[in-house]
Amino acid sequence: MNVAIEVQNLRCEFRVRTGLMSAEKRVVAVDDVTFSIAPGSVLGIVGESGCGKSTLARLILGLLKPTSGTVLVDGKRLFDLDRKARARLIQPVFQDPFASLNPRRRIKDIVALPLVAQGTFSRGEIERRVGSILERVGLSAAMGERMPAQLSGGQRQRAAIARALVLEPRIVICDEPTSALDVSVQAQILNLLADLRRDLGLTYLFISHNLAVVEHVASEVAVMYLGRFVERNETDALFREPGHPYTRALLESVLTPEPGKGVPDIGLGDAMPDPANIPPGCRFNPRCRIAVERCRHAAPAPMFRAPAGMVECHLA
Amino acid sequence: MSALLEIEELQVGFGGRTAAVRGASFRVEKGETHCLVGESGCGKSVTALAVMSLLARGGQRSAKRMSFAGTDLLSLSDREMARLRGNRMAMIFQEPMTSLNPAFTIGSQMTEVLTRHKGGTRAAALDRAAELMGRVGITAPGMRLGQFPHQLSGGLRQRVMIAMALMCDPELLIADEPTTALDVTVQAQILRLLATLKRELGLSILLITHDLGIVARVADHVSVMYAGEVVERAPTAELFRAPQHPYTRGLLSCVPVPGRVQRDKPLGSIPGVVPAIGPGFAGCAFRSRCSHADETCAHEIPRRQAGEAHDYLCRLAPQSAEPQPA
Repeated sequence: MNVAIEVQNLRCEFRVRTGLMSAEKRVVAVDDVTFSIAPGSVLGIVGESGCGKSTLARLILGLLKPTSGTVLVDGKRLFDLDRKARARLIQPVFQDPFASLNPRRRIKDIVALPLVAQGTFSRGEIERRVGSILERVGLSAAMGERMPAQLSGGQRQRAAIARALVLEPRIVICDEPTSALDVSVQAQILNLLADLRRDLGLTYLFISHNLAVVEHVASEVAVMYLGRFVERNETDALFREPGHPYTRALLESVLTPEPGKGVPDIGLGDAMPDPANIPPGCRFNPRCRIAVERCRHAAPAPMFRAPAGMVECHLA
Repeated sequence: MSALLEIEELQVGFGGRTAAVRGASFRVEKGETHCLVGESGCGKSVTALAVMSLLARGGQRSAKRMSFAGTDLLSLSDREMARLRGNRMAMIFQEPMTSLNPAFTIGSQMTEVLTRHKGGTRAAALDRAAELMGRVGITAPGMRLGQFPHQLSGGLRQRVMIAMALMCDPELLIADEPTTALDVTVQAQILRLLATLKRELGLSILLITHDLGIVARVADHVSVMYAGEVVERAPTAELFRAPQHPYTRGLLSCVPVPGRVQRDKPLGSIPGVVPAIGPGFAGCAFRSRCSHADETCAHEIPRRQAGEAHDYLCRLAPQSAEPQPA
């Protein structure tokens, strides 16, 4: 199969102390995650806060060192490459465009920085590339002269996208790129990301807690729970026929703008997932409505699910 | 029905330079959930703070009428307002971590509200706190009362905030984006809780949100705010069935709806950004982003009636319901 990025058995553990005298605890933030994305496709990752989705993004970007596992881009092991080579292949867009842009630099200098850091581009080339990418994301040359604080949230996110794309990477990791934006602006940014993917042949890993947004942009969706992919499938199949009870609960909890339907009872209970105390058996069993005895001591193995996915549930 | 909270032509400005709220009018009926919906900077939070007399220093408030259960809020002294606040009208905020004091236990923060407004012993107040925590779905309230805010999850902290707001049996609960910082699964639980409390305690709720999904599911009436004005008011079902103001229509087309997604088509979006509104701004604030705008939009805009309890601020004549653009 033709793949743009391949992630194999990625695992990340943190050792934390909860108090001065207490023993060290192992927190498994990402637990044996394997997937690949075809060129030009979008893999959406959904899950609650603390499920490890942002840790996964940081691992793939090389900002964190995994405990084990590999990431291959174009067949090259990402962790063997130096930072400059990695930056040419893969780039991030983060949630809060205000926190991710240096407040003391002009927008055009921020966008130029990845090119400058490579050390191989002439000044004229840098100027040309920055000008064309700013135009491509819908920012005027005058905007390039401004400071981040002088831009609106949507314009700042456009600048962050321009910075991510100026090196013409193959893969863009979008970590909650529209969560800090208003709905009208969110729609503008989602439409821009879709256009850019089509025109430039980009591959996205798209992380979001908003299922409606993921359904709109992703060709394939993975549901993450306590560090593991518990279900993955083509978007339409996953939304039409979710196999995992957690996926079903997530889908039920989406409040669509349909008056009169009330707020659904998703019955997940109050047992919040804690990555420092992953329950034995199926990790979802304390919150699961349909758990049986087997779920409490045997962890389910991944099973194939039509048309092209997997699910980890004894009862699926 | 009779109105519990009536706001007419509320104006809020900061230092004479920015007009945050420009003539907002709405009423919250007894026992209903009224949603103020709009995007950041539209003045919805400032409106709530103005009602509670909690505006930041330098904020000036004026209104034609502001009444709560027959009391004229405009004529109250600071001290009289303080007796009302937290007592008969309570408020919860978006981020419960920043509204709870990290240095005091949950129990001491919850009891303070009651002993301050109603007197009584600390033991009685603790009993009341434990009872309300059970009511908002917190298990083992006895243990939670002795804990500090950082020991609780986000969902639990928001439940504590709600329980604390209920300590004095308020008639009105103002909730400013109460679930925005929470996961969708927890959000559903908190919203269900608010709906139950409204039904069982006869509480009126003024819910401030940017999320049209929440509005559709919990509101009885809706006021849509844009640039400091209420641009459309309607019963919830009617607003979603037959939105009139171009901004309301645009906003509805921006929201991706699960199950109705057409991935190859772009989402609807509203071009441009909210303009800076200074004092003396005239005409429709949405005209620079509106595809129906013409030169008449720079003048005074009529408030048109589209139904018995449905009006909107636009020169366009009402249109009948049409299928939502997907």
